[in-house]
Amino acid sequence: MLQYTLRRLFLGLLTALLVSVIVFVILRIAPGDVVDVILGGEDAFYSQETEELLREQLGLNKPLYEQYFIFMYDFVRLDWGESLVDSKPIWPQIQQKLPITLQLAIMTVALAVFFGIPVGVIMALRQDSWLDYFLRIVSLGGLSIPSFWTGTMIILIGTLYFNWSPRLEYVSPWADPRGNFIMFLWPALATGWVSQATKARMMRSTMLEVLRQDYIRTAHAKGLRYMVVVYRHAMKNALLPVVTIIGITVALTVGGSVIMETIFLLPGMGSFLVYSLSRWDYPAVQTLVLFFAGWIVVTNLLVDLSYGWLDPRVRYD
Amino acid sequence: MAAQQEGMEVLGRRGERAPLGVRMYKGTVTFLRRKPLGAAGALIILFMIVLALAAPLIAGDPNEWNLSDNFLAPSAQYWMGTNDVGQDIWAQIVNGARVSLYVGILSVAFGSGSGGILGLASAYYGGKVDVVMQRIMDALMSIPTLILALAIMAALGGSVNNVVLAIGIVQIPRANRIVRSQALAVKESEFALAARSIGAGDMRIMLQHIMPQCVAPWLIIASAGLGTAIISEASLSFLGMGVPPTTPTWGGMLSQRGREYFALAPQMAIFPGIAISLAVYGFNLFGDALRDVLDPRLRGT
Repeated sequence: MLQYTLRRLFLGLLTALLVSVIVFVILRIAPGDVVDVILGGEDAFYSQETEELLREQLGLNKPLYEQYFIFMYDFVRLDWGESLVDSKPIWPQIQQKLPITLQLAIMTVALAVFFGIPVGVIMALRQDSWLDYFLRIVSLGGLSIPSFWTGTMIILIGTLYFNWSPRLEYVSPWADPRGNFIMFLWPALATGWVSQATKARMMRSTMLEVLRQDYIRTAHAKGLRYMVVVYRHAMKNALLPVVTIIGITVALTVGGSVIMETIFLLPGMGSFLVYSLSRWDYPAVQTLVLFFAGWIVVTNLLVDLSYGWLDPRVRYD
Repeated sequence: MAAQQEGMEVLGRRGERAPLGVRMYKGTVTFLRRKPLGAAGALIILFMIVLALAAPLIAGDPNEWNLSDNFLAPSAQYWMGTNDVGQDIWAQIVNGARVSLYVGILSVAFGSGSGGILGLASAYYGGKVDVVMQRIMDALMSIPTLILALAIMAALGGSVNNVVLAIGIVQIPRANRIVRSQALAVKESEFALAARSIGAGDMRIMLQHIMPQCVAPWLIIASAGLGTAIISEASLSFLGMGVPPTTPTWGGMLSQRGREYFALAPQMAIFPGIAISLAVYGFNLFGDALRDVLDPRLRGT
């Protein structure tokens, strides 16, 4: 178990290293340039000397591999530097924005699990009934409606009929728990509705597989109550693949935060990334993407470790 | 019943007897009869494709603006209404379908196609090739898909074909994984060993003996990717990092540019959203049915 975890952590580090190379290369082959942005856009007039001076100051005149090593060296020492555009240090900004993205992710996953799993179980228990068909069509609909449209429609209906609009400034949960909860509830619903559908569909198909097993028939035959068989015998065994999907959702919410934070004006990591990307702010983008990659690597590791806890047959070696 | 089962066989594996045309016809008929939801999905997609192809015939110029006609509610003349600068929303929707379908289909063909071929090679050659390629796939999968696509778009600049490239690259790892795991199993099978023992070359074994066995799982992943690709395209355009705004797209119609007018003219937000959802719903229904038919393990669930 310990050996397995260590090996996975090593692989995770390797993956993160590769991610850093990929992102670095993608950003540097781009036609746009942070120097243009700082000097006032592509059309602005400035002399060649000013440009070269600025490049030298920012360390952008060094060869690419050297820039890469400098970036990685600073990153590993947790010296995450500052934005090239507005010179604000990056780490305090992340500290400020991370809780927002985390809260959105947690609320999204909680909503998805809370609705998705029971819906999936009901669909499996009532297979091919009208209820099953209805829920299947609805959950497939959840997969098909893009969350940015759901979010847009929530705001549109709010403004048209309820004289409501998302608040413009962020409230911390400590200052105003209720206001904070409502602020996050709508974006969480817009994305949670999509991930609810994936949970429900996965739960349905694994439940159907499990319900056909012999031990389920045995459990019924020895006179156990229906719900006991469903809960203790079927559901626990059907949950394993669903846990994988939940892990994927945790990873996906990070990407989805880009869109939800833009629509609902939440100052989180996603909107920070889009902002930095549009300004070619190399250190900020590289740090943020590495941060997200680390999030996904850790989530995947936790998912794999949770198998052993859910299913005693799984051995790590 | 017997005829139906024969039809399913034709769809699932490579039949030997009937000529290809007959097999495809039989397979299609059986598919439509057995999977009404899948058939409905196919019908939606077909409808969208016809609309996209016929766009110049059934709608005017999507970029033509007429300020005196702005914010018009749906009417006989503009039957989806007009937007803030008086452009015809119907014309924009129909032309947006061209972009969405083009990007959706081409990016899946490119992404899942190259991913599948790489997965096949990865499994066949094994060893160092496999280790290196799978680590790269790990890395690609560790970057959230939308963020990877955004970064690639930032690097390449906005154009339709760059969107195809960005969304395609994002899809490579999934197809790679699924084909690789299938090919690993098939590689050890007796007929692959037999082919090797009579002196067949690497290419021949890979393409003629292993690849046909990997087509079914590959098709499942590829068809599931179509809906995702269309949503990704819409998301990129929505964030203003996709197709240039001069080309009407569904995502672009919902973007920040028109956002402040949505309360004034809800048709600007409602119709593009319905168009995206309908297209993705069609692809999802179809992909689901295809999965049921092609995956013997799931048959009947």
